[in-house]
Amino acid sequence: MKKFLIRRAIYMIITVWVITIIAFIVIQLPPGDYVTSLVSEMMAQGTDSIDPAVVEQLREQYGLNDPMYVQYFKWMRNIILDGDFGYSLAFQRDAREIILERLPLTFLVTLSTVLFVWLIALPIGVYSAVRKYSIGDYIATFLGFIGLATPNFLFALILMYLSYKYGGQALIGLFSAEYVDAPWSFAKFVDLLKHLIIPIIIIGTSFTAGLIRTMRANLLDELNRPYVDAARAKGLSETRLLWKYPVRYALNPFVSTIGWALPGLVAGEVIVSIVLNLPTSGPILFNALLEQDMYVASGFILVLSALTVVGTFISDVLLAVLDPRIRLE
Amino acid sequence: MNITQNPESLTGKPLPSEYVTPEPEVQLELASQWQLMWLKFRRHYLAVLGLIVVIIFYIVAIFANFFAPQSPRTYIAEYVYAPPQQIHLFRDGRFAPFVYGYTFERDPRSFKKIFAIDEETIVPLGLFVRGDSYKLFGIFETDIHLFGTVESGQPFYPLGGDAVGRDVLSRTIHSSRVSLSVAWVGVTISLVMGILLGGLSGLMGGIVDNLIQRLIEITMSIPLLPIIIAVAALVPIDWSVLRVYTIIVLLLAITGWTGLARVVRSKFLSLREEDFVLAARLDGVGVMGLIFRHMLPSFYSHIIASLTLALPGMIIAETALSFLGVGLRPPVVSWGVQLQDAQQVNVISNYPWMLFPALSVILIVLAFNFLGDGLRDAADPY
Repeated sequence: MKKFLIRRAIYMIITVWVITIIAFIVIQLPPGDYVTSLVSEMMAQGTDSIDPAVVEQLREQYGLNDPMYVQYFKWMRNIILDGDFGYSLAFQRDAREIILERLPLTFLVTLSTVLFVWLIALPIGVYSAVRKYSIGDYIATFLGFIGLATPNFLFALILMYLSYKYGGQALIGLFSAEYVDAPWSFAKFVDLLKHLIIPIIIIGTSFTAGLIRTMRANLLDELNRPYVDAARAKGLSETRLLWKYPVRYALNPFVSTIGWALPGLVAGEVIVSIVLNLPTSGPILFNALLEQDMYVASGFILVLSALTVVGTFISDVLLAVLDPRIRLE
Repeated sequence: MNITQNPESLTGKPLPSEYVTPEPEVQLELASQWQLMWLKFRRHYLAVLGLIVVIIFYIVAIFANFFAPQSPRTYIAEYVYAPPQQIHLFRDGRFAPFVYGYTFERDPRSFKKIFAIDEETIVPLGLFVRGDSYKLFGIFETDIHLFGTVESGQPFYPLGGDAVGRDVLSRTIHSSRVSLSVAWVGVTISLVMGILLGGLSGLMGGIVDNLIQRLIEITMSIPLLPIIIAVAALVPIDWSVLRVYTIIVLLLAITGWTGLARVVRSKFLSLREEDFVLAARLDGVGVMGLIFRHMLPSFYSHIIASLTLALPGMIIAETALSFLGVGLRPPVVSWGVQLQDAQQVNVISNYPWMLFPALSVILIVLAFNFLGDGLRDAADPY
C-alpha cells in the first residue's frame, strides 16, 4: 500500500509539473509579451508616446529579457512562494484575486454534479442489471444515451429556453438579480440551489449514461458468481443479498468516476458556464483567452488542471483502499 | 461442408453421438470471423438502426449539393427568419406538391416582420428540378437538385429561414459535409498516433512502455478544452479556411488518440504471448511483418469499434468549438457554425427552427454510439 501511494504521488507530481510547463507555454503563445500589451493599453488610455528607453527598462524590470527557462522559474517561484499569478491587464487587478473569487463556485458546481451523477446512476444501473432487458432497462439505457448524445451547450440552450418560456425568466447565472450582491442568507442559499439545478443536470447527463453502463455490466458479472447462489441458498432475502454483496463489489466504477470524469466535468463546466453565464471560472477563463489576458488564463488553466490531477489521485487512493486487488497490482 | 456434416468420413467409423454437432452450428463452425461478427451484430437491433442512419447521413453528405434544394449561400433578403413552410402533397385531389407563399406585415410597435401564410400564392415543388448550379465531385457541372421549387428563385423554406434569409434545411445538409469529415480526419489522425504509440508501448515494453504510459495518463488527466480554446483563439482571422480546418482537426486528434492507444497497447500485450505470434516469429517474420500481417489483423474489429465510439466525441467537440466561435468560422458551413446564430435565448424563443442543426448532431451521435456499442459486442464473436 505504501509503495502504491508513493508511486501514485510521484506520478501526480510529474503530471502537475508538465501542466505548469503547458500553462507557461500558453502565456507565451500570443505574439508580443506583457510589456507590449501594457504599452498598447497605455496608448489606448491616451498616452501619446512612450519612450523606447522606458519600454526597455520595463522589459528588464519584468525579466522579459531573460532566457525562457529563467522566466519559467521566476514565474513558478512567484506562484509557489507568494501565490502570485501575475497581473491582469483587463481587470487591473491581481490574477490571484480573480481566480480565488471564481474557484469556490466552480468547485460547488463540479462536486454537486458528481453527487448528482452518482445519485442517478447507482439506482438506475442496479435496476438495469437486475431487470435485464426489461422495458425499464431499455428506457433507462435510451434516455442515458440521449443525454450522452446531446452536446452540453445545446442542452443548456434548450433548458434556458424552456425555463424562459414556462418559468417566466431564463435561469441564467447562479443568483437572481436581487441576490447577486447581497450578503449570504438562507434565502440567497435557496436561490443558489434553484439556479444550480440546470447546470448540474446539463453537465451530469453527459456522464450518467457511461456510468449506468459500467455499473450494469459490473453488476451483471457479479450476479453470476457462485457466492450469490450460495447466499441465496442460505435463505438471504433478495434485497439484502443484492445490496450487501454484489452491489458493493460493483461499486468500484463509482469511486473511480471522479478520476476519469473530472477532466470532462471541468471541460463541461467551462462550456456550460459560458452559455449560462455562471459566475464560475468558465466565462472568465474563456474571455481571458480571447482577450489574451494571459496571466489570468494560464492561472486558471494551472489551478483547474492541478486540482483535477489531485482529484484523480484521491479517487485512485480511495479505490485502492476499497479494493485490495488494485493496490497489489 | 461435407466433411463436417458427415463425421464418419473423417475416421471411417461413426463417432459417438455427442460429437455430432447439430445442423446450424455446423454452418457456424465454417463461417469466417467476419460472417460470425455480422451474425452477432445483426441481432443488436439498435446497432443495425444506427448503421442505417450513419449510411444515410454519409450518402447525404457526399451528395449534399444534390440533396439540398439550394446552395448554402443563396439568400432572399425579404425572408429573414421566415417560419417553416408546410409541404402539401396534393392539390385538387392530384399529386402536385406545393407550399404556400408568405405575406408579411410590420408589427406597429416593434416593427418586427410578421409572416403569415398566403393561400393565394402557390409555389409548386418538384423532384429533380433545376436550381443553383454546382459541380458534382468538383468535376461535373450540373444544376439538378433532388427536390425544390419548380421555378428557381421562389421562397422555399421547409425548415425556416435564418438571419439573412437562407434556407436552414439546405444549410444543414451542406454542413454535414464539414462536420462529418472533420470527425473522420480527426479520428484517422488519432488512429495513426494511437497505433504507433500504443503499438510501440505494447511491443517494446520496459522503459518505452513506461514513458508512453505516463504520456497517456498526463494527457488524459489534463482538462484539454481550455488549452484547445487557447490555441484556437489565437488562430489569426486572415487565415484561409483550409488552414483553420487543419488546426481544428489536429487539436481534436490530440484529445482522441489516448483511448485508441490504450486499446492497441493492451491488445499487443496480450497478443505478444500468443502461439501464432511465436510461430510467425520462429518462421523468421520481421517486426513490421509481425505487427501488420499477424497482430493487427487479429483485432481489426476492436479498432473499428473503438473508432466508431471515438467519432461522436469529435463531432460534439467540433460543434462546441465552432459554437463558441473559436472553431470553424463562416463562410464555412458546419453545424457548430450554424448554431452560433442560435446563442441567445430570444433568438431561440422567437425562431426555434434555428436549432434544427442540433437535431442532426444528436441523431448522428446517437447513431454512432449505438453502432459502436453493437460493434464492440460483435467484435469478439467466439
